[in-house]
Amino acid sequence: MSGFTALLARDLRLVWRRPGDVMVVLAFFVVATVLFPLGIGPETNLLARIAAGILWCAALFAALLSLDRLFAADYEDGALDLLLLAPWPLELAALAKCLAHWIVTGLPLAVLAPFMGLLFGLSGEGLAALGLTLLVGTPALSLIGGLAAALTLGARRGGALLALLALPLCVPTLIFGAGAVEAVATGGGFLTHLAILGALALLSLATLPWAIAAALRQAGE
Amino acid sequence: MTDLEVTGLGCRRGGRPVFRDLSFSLAKGELLALTGRNGSGKTTLLRALALLVPADAGAIHWQGADVAADREAWRRRIAWLGHLDGLKGDLTVRENVATACHLREEGTERVDAALAAFELGPLASRSVRTLSAGQRRRAALARVVAAGARLWLLDEPLNALDAPSQAALRAALGQHLATGGLAIAATHAPIDVPNARTLLMDSSPPPGGEEHEP
Repeated sequence: MSGFTALLARDLRLVWRRPGDVMVVLAFFVVATVLFPLGIGPETNLLARIAAGILWCAALFAALLSLDRLFAADYEDGALDLLLLAPWPLELAALAKCLAHWIVTGLPLAVLAPFMGLLFGLSGEGLAALGLTLLVGTPALSLIGGLAAALTLGARRGGALLALLALPLCVPTLIFGAGAVEAVATGGGFLTHLAILGALALLSLATLPWAIAAALRQAGE
Repeated sequence: MTDLEVTGLGCRRGGRPVFRDLSFSLAKGELLALTGRNGSGKTTLLRALALLVPADAGAIHWQGADVAADREAWRRRIAWLGHLDGLKGDLTVRENVATACHLREEGTERVDAALAAFELGPLASRSVRTLSAGQRRRAALARVVAAGARLWLLDEPLNALDAPSQAALRAALGQHLATGGLAIAATHAPIDVPNARTLLMDSSPPPGGEEHEP
């Protein structure tokens, strides 16, 4: 078994043993999105127009909610030292941790979001576009959040600092994710938005594991 | 023949020199016990040897080659026991030890023997969360034994261990050294194993005014 698979399997098993942590995040997403139709009222046109932005923002907040424990748990129980001392690149370990986070957060959010979109009166195409953009865009959120989580290791009030660091970096992903869903409604440009979203995810994949690994080494000193 | 050769090693933390110009060598089958007051730099030295903390002077050579030249090969040669146990509370004892082997990209054939060495057989399927501090320490030591590394770096290995567990650690260390292993342990209590040497870490501030540097 390669170290990468071992770490991924370990993190997924830890989530499986303690499913409450993930359930809280998904419940937050559901509750937060349900509040908007209740607060704004039954104006279907307005709701359908703002649906993409709200669902994307809620997904972003939900993803951030679970990120502060991503490396903090390993930091506190000493398991981070074992990752730093594993005889394979730390960059791969960073990637495995972010992949595990995406599997238990980004993926369920992408599946859940179209159902929440029904509350906003999104069209069938809009619902499909919403799920697809979240599927393509959430890996970038996991990686950006992973960097913020690694940078805030050992800091007091790490959670608030993490959000402050990660949110600005997530803006491009948010713009093109929500923009793609709106493009479906207004007719045109969906594929362009989706391609840019994919490019952002690939850019994160190509650069952020190195940045996360550097931050983790700093935290290990 | 000496395997590990440390020459002129110096380390700073937060601008203050913790130790400097530290030299020693260690041959197959030898244990080096690091002693000294709290804050004398025992943990920092162990972390510097594992390349977790960058040394700002000196060099560490393994069989004549600088260990910083091939960090991954060096990490494969060392097993680490920090002052934290590095165990996951939600995994069982056996899963913890086996996962640590997998993270080293090694097989799990040594896991059973390692668990038996610290009488962890009956606890193997208990989740670590439910164990006492001493039992966790034993699980962490079993992880070190199962790693099958040449050099053990142990930070306070006797912490929280009762007398039978300390004897088990001595037996495990004895066997490791007898099969050509090396070990460096920061400790306050003496570890009675043959071929043990002691390095007293001096906690007095070094001469000169350097500790006032920013």
